[in-house]
Amino acid sequence: MLLADARALCPELAAVPADPAGDLAALEKLALWAQRWGPWSALDPPDGLLVDVTGAAHLFGGEERLLADVARAFAARGLTARSALAPTAGAAWALSHYGRGAAILAPEDDPLRLLGDLPVAALRLDADVLTVLRRLGIKRLGELVGVSGAEDDPAREAAARDALRRRFRNRHSPAANPLLRLDQLLGKVPEPLLPIIARPMPLVQRRLMEPLRHRALLDTVLADLAADMVRALEARGEGARRLELALWRVDGEVLQRRIELAAATREAAHITRLFAARLDDIEAGFGIEMLQLRTSWSEPLPLTQADLDAAAESHGTALAACIDRLTIRLGPQAVTRPVARASHIPERAQIWQPPLAPVAAAQQMLAFHARPLKLLDRPELIAVLHAAPDGVPQRFRWRGQAHQVARVEGPERIAPEWWRERSTTRLRDYYRIEDEAGRRYWIYRQGMPGDGRGGVPDWFLQGLYA
Amino acid sequence: MPFTPSAPFRPSPARVLSRAVPEPRWRPGLPAQPFHSEIFAPADEAGGAGLALALARDALAVAVAGAGEGAGAGEDARQVLWVQDRAAIRLGGRPCLAGLPPDLRHRLIHVAASTPEDALFALEEGLKCRDIACVIGEIVGNPRALSFTASRRLSLTAERHGVRLWLVRLDAAPDLSSARMRWQARAAPSAAPRWNPAAPGTATWHAELFRARTHAPGQWSLSDDAGTLRFASDPDIQTAAPDPVRLARPTVGRSLAARVHA
Repeated sequence: MLLADARALCPELAAVPADPAGDLAALEKLALWAQRWGPWSALDPPDGLLVDVTGAAHLFGGEERLLADVARAFAARGLTARSALAPTAGAAWALSHYGRGAAILAPEDDPLRLLGDLPVAALRLDADVLTVLRRLGIKRLGELVGVSGAEDDPAREAAARDALRRRFRNRHSPAANPLLRLDQLLGKVPEPLLPIIARPMPLVQRRLMEPLRHRALLDTVLADLAADMVRALEARGEGARRLELALWRVDGEVLQRRIELAAATREAAHITRLFAARLDDIEAGFGIEMLQLRTSWSEPLPLTQADLDAAAESHGTALAACIDRLTIRLGPQAVTRPVARASHIPERAQIWQPPLAPVAAAQQMLAFHARPLKLLDRPELIAVLHAAPDGVPQRFRWRGQAHQVARVEGPERIAPEWWRERSTTRLRDYYRIEDEAGRRYWIYRQGMPGDGRGGVPDWFLQGLYA
Repeated sequence: MPFTPSAPFRPSPARVLSRAVPEPRWRPGLPAQPFHSEIFAPADEAGGAGLALALARDALAVAVAGAGEGAGAGEDARQVLWVQDRAAIRLGGRPCLAGLPPDLRHRLIHVAASTPEDALFALEEGLKCRDIACVIGEIVGNPRALSFTASRRLSLTAERHGVRLWLVRLDAAPDLSSARMRWQARAAPSAAPRWNPAAPGTATWHAELFRARTHAPGQWSLSDDAGTLRFASDPDIQTAAPDPVRLARPTVGRSLAARVHA
């Protein structure tokens, strides 16, 4: 059903755009969290998890209590979950998707008797295989096992099973072969799972014998901590992008500071210097007894020769280090690079993005128009003292000073972007002017006298030419 | 016991004398460019920034030409840092990408500092970075942070790492400073362009060099003629007027005259 049809039926429908990558990332996090019930967990995309709880059910007081705990934990997270417990992954999948809620298949039960009523889709088969089985008239798992339905005649049953095996003889993948899936469900053929393994972030900490209260000592300990972190990152072959420092005070409070870096780095002196700028407002109270530094975001960085800070004094720093220092002190919005955007409105024709971010390929700008060197953030109103017959001001006042226009080029009409702005937005006619002293400006008239969108149009000054 | 330094001795770039003959009068295109220059300009026009940019490009072009004889011309890829004070952004605006010279459009990094102290910090950090070709700064007025000590620190950092600084001081009085060249700049009427005499021409400035270490002071009219800084000719004598868009191209292999087919 199309969204438009659904909305026609129910106008209050809330539609949320799909995010498959985000869903997969969330499922990975859930798989790691689900390791509270068992040592191994695997993803079952798009919306399933498989957890191996062999020998762990007694820790929860039994299998029923385990499944009840699962339901409670997921409900506490706001998720609806259907769970099932079985000796094999295939049987657990079948029960959770197509069985009653919280079904448990004990090892001594006969799986075929309990699962025989489930549809064949419970075998995790491809759609074309399901179509074939439906055309053959096989709808239930029980029918698949003894295809003719007559278990009392083993020879006829074997012949029917052979016929089915011949039909699917060329299908080797489990998802395309119902007999292979059945064997996996019954446990006759192994089904290895791919477990999710958590990768802890690099973390180093130092416990101090005596709580420290002086800034110089804090800097020394921080330098040692940064050296430990560099060693930990080297062992993984990574560089840090975001570092979080946590300081534990004697009275139990935890202070946190965080820095983000423009490029992956593994230099202890650089990290120490960036943190030092952030530690000025630390209140140690009765003392700091433990420091912990962890890298919450890291990127692979190949092992190269270490660049010591002393070399930086003689060679100069690299661009990434310089940008880091500027960003830490001035803020991330202060250091930017202008990049062209596809818009003809002058103040929207460029965006300011972080300087080391890659620049998207864009079309070359039209070289016909001479644009000003500087653009004011907000165009300033100018008062026209005397206008020529064609409307261009001959004398105007701007910032309290009168200017006489000596030369004019224009008009260049820049109409509003009708797909973005309201219909009452007025167009602009730009003029490049030079006054009697040689100062060159870019002014515009907002609107035309008879356009019906306002009164007499105003004049603004937006750009200054070199 | 002879003193042996632990690190190999590298002289500061400012102490390396250039091979060219020193000239008493300044002209565009000199090989020995200063590392720290100051330009005083009014805040209600972009002439100061324009002159700073033109001098910077002149110095970079000279450096590329000089380095082209030795190593390869790798200077074209280094970034240019433009630091602006909050008052400078309010009075003069931010750089506009389309108005920058084409060879600088992909190389500009802009820093918007809120106070003069932050602007000085950004200038010094930019001067220490070896991946930056030059630094242009804009500060309004005479803030207390920009004292003689601060300007001397900027000069020393620039000379130590070899990165040139052009500091534009908007609406400021020329106080004590250690800049090697100090200019007083304002916009000047430009020559009429070839195709439209009623239109403004290419950027022209009236620049007065009132303090320089190795040159005599003087006043010039300078203009940025398609990327090269040169003396602007007297407006009364109009020789080949500059052509900002280069509309005139040679008709190569093609005659505009009608051909008669026999």
